[in-house]
Amino acid sequence: MAPARPLIDVQDISKQFGSVIALSGVSMTVWPGEVHCLLGDNGAGKSTLIKTLSGVHQPSSGRILLDGEPILFNSPRDALDRGIATVFQDLAMIPLMSITRNFFMGREPTKGFGPFRRFDVETANRVAREEMQKIGIDVRDPSQAVGTLSGGERQCVAIARAVYFGAKVLILDEPTSALGVKQASVVLRYVAQARARNLGVIFISHNVHHAWAVGDKFTVLNRGKTLGTFDKSQITREQLLSMMAGGKELEQLGAELEEFARADAARAGGRESPLEAGAAAEAAIAATLRQEVAEDRELLEVERRRRH
Amino acid sequence: MASVTANRVDERLQQAPLLTRLLSRPELGAIAGTVLVFAFFAVVAGGSGMFSLKGVITFLEVSAQLGILAVFASLLMIAGEFDLSVGSMIGFAGVAIAIPVTLYGWPVWTAVLFAFGVAVLVGYVNGYITVKTGLPSFIVTLAGLFVLRGLTIGLTRLLTGRTQIPGIHKFSEGDWLAPLFGSDAFKGLFVWLAARGWIDTLPNGAPAVPGIPVSILWWLGLTAVATWVLLRTRFGNWIFACGGDKNAARNVGVPVDRVKIILFIGTACAAALFAAIQVLKFGSADTQRGLLKEFEAIIAVVIGGTLLTGGYGSAIGPAFGALIFGTVQMGIFYTGVDTDWFKVFVGVMVLVAVIFNNYIRKRMTEAR
Ligand SMILES: Nc1ncnc2c1ncn2[C@@H]1O[C@H](COP(=O)(O)OP(=O)(O)O)[C@@H](O)[C@H]1O
Ligand SMILES: [Mg+2]
Repeated sequence: MAPARPLIDVQDISKQFGSVIALSGVSMTVWPGEVHCLLGDNGAGKSTLIKTLSGVHQPSSGRILLDGEPILFNSPRDALDRGIATVFQDLAMIPLMSITRNFFMGREPTKGFGPFRRFDVETANRVAREEMQKIGIDVRDPSQAVGTLSGGERQCVAIARAVYFGAKVLILDEPTSALGVKQASVVLRYVAQARARNLGVIFISHNVHHAWAVGDKFTVLNRGKTLGTFDKSQITREQLLSMMAGGKELEQLGAELEEFARADAARAGGRESPLEAGAAAEAAIAATLRQEVAEDRELLEVERRRRH
Repeated sequence: MASVTANRVDERLQQAPLLTRLLSRPELGAIAGTVLVFAFFAVVAGGSGMFSLKGVITFLEVSAQLGILAVFASLLMIAGEFDLSVGSMIGFAGVAIAIPVTLYGWPVWTAVLFAFGVAVLVGYVNGYITVKTGLPSFIVTLAGLFVLRGLTIGLTRLLTGRTQIPGIHKFSEGDWLAPLFGSDAFKGLFVWLAARGWIDTLPNGAPAVPGIPVSILWWLGLTAVATWVLLRTRFGNWIFACGGDKNAARNVGVPVDRVKIILFIGTACAAALFAAIQVLKFGSADTQRGLLKEFEAIIAVVIGGTLLTGGYGSAIGPAFGALIFGTVQMGIFYTGVDTDWFKVFVGVMVLVAVIFNNYIRKRMTEAR
């Protein structure tokens, strides 16, 4: 059953910061149950685009429809209230505060009434610990300051938080940049799970391998403009990479493409190449992902059968 | 890094030693300092009457008045802002009570409420300008410091022709609200204790101290409430978040501007409370009241372990900071040492406290 209308419809958005034009005339649509990858070079405007969707910035012109209804977010709080949760590139974590307090920052569970309404610390600690467990981080002590965590662990807290609060749309801005292969595959699995729950996911990545492993659609941004949106069936990884570079560093890109070709040849010929490691990592992620998604499906299936 | 083992007990998890856990509490330094200060004066001023009931009540009252300011200054500092206008706000609120009462015949309670209303407005303006312009609150409230003091002196001289307004006592007698600020509590208890000879008495048998000044109760009550708010409420979490990183806080849905404006209103109202206590206790207002109190409050807050850069601190710490301040101030008086030395002590104390706090924060974020 195909949904009747897109979840998010970005129409001709522009954004200026003083004289800097960060976005000019960008449109994209995100459907429920779809992972929409946003690709592009540094400074292409990816973060700016998703920040207009999450209420951090207001677009200079153009409009955004959520469920067919035009929206104007005055703050990220408005976006969260509408079920849009974001993992920002800078993670939005406060080092001196505990894992639990960071996890629930702005969305604290409370108990009691009237003037005695208070932060439900026990529930918060328990949920934070459980959610971190799910993402594969065994939290030693949820009251531990986030500043004492590693970069990857911090990224996982931010992702677990967004997944927990994202009811409709999940936006991830380069969520895998500080992660090892194993953790990255867990994050990619999260993305796939969110899709299975019919959320719309916007996934920004520099890493074409990661994007390719989970993406259904790809929008490429270059210098604040889109180079188009492509279905996975319409495009190859190499073409995406070439578009991401924006045809600027063509020589370098050519070299990289040759590397791809050589890697393929090497694989065919059973030889090692420098890129072999990267390709192997990607294969590992895809395999982990496939297996884990299959496991999830099985679990869901068992669950469903038991309920009937 | 990450471990995926779910149920096995984590071998990296060890119960931190008690000392380490204590060291990560912001108020520890101030508590230790208080113990030291008390030990010191117990030795050098033990026989001077400093630790008689009257002496104790006196230094507690001095500490309490500063402590009321310090608790709110601490909440604001944790949220990443300063309020340098509280000293001037004390003077302003004082005349805002005294002028309507003495000149226009307002009942005392309406004048007190009026002063609090003015404080809410001043706090709102301080907060609004700070969050909307993005300027450092240091500058915005420094302007407030001068504007409010100037207004206080100017308006008072314009309306009364003087800079002091005495004679409030005859108006505040019988007022229903005044005892909340300018009276002593537990008077009956003190009379009873005096009758048994359990506390010092005057020659006529009345207790040497009539009761516990209400300012001390305000101080303890506000410190307790502020501690609860900080550690156990949603708003408390937002206060830490605002000072930790206001962009991060805003991006995850904390209404940063609203939190900060509320806290600016808090410091201004603390100044109004301070003013009401002094005006109704002494029965007079003075345009110079509250001079330098903004710095004394910040000193108590810093001694209390709150970080100048925000994001870390407590309400209990500043209460002890104020206690140290008040105790030393009165202690030096009792020992008969020239009170000029008090300032030297305060300066050194602040430096030691900041160095110590800095060390604690490093431990918190790096070496755990
Ligand atoms: N708050 C801002 N003020 C001024 N310029 C900005 C701001 N945010 C982003 N920009 C500019 O907009 C452009 C796009 O940035 P960004 O969206 O962060 O790119 P990306 O995430 O694709 O790397 C950059 O040139 C950046 O300098
Ligand atoms: Mg970016």
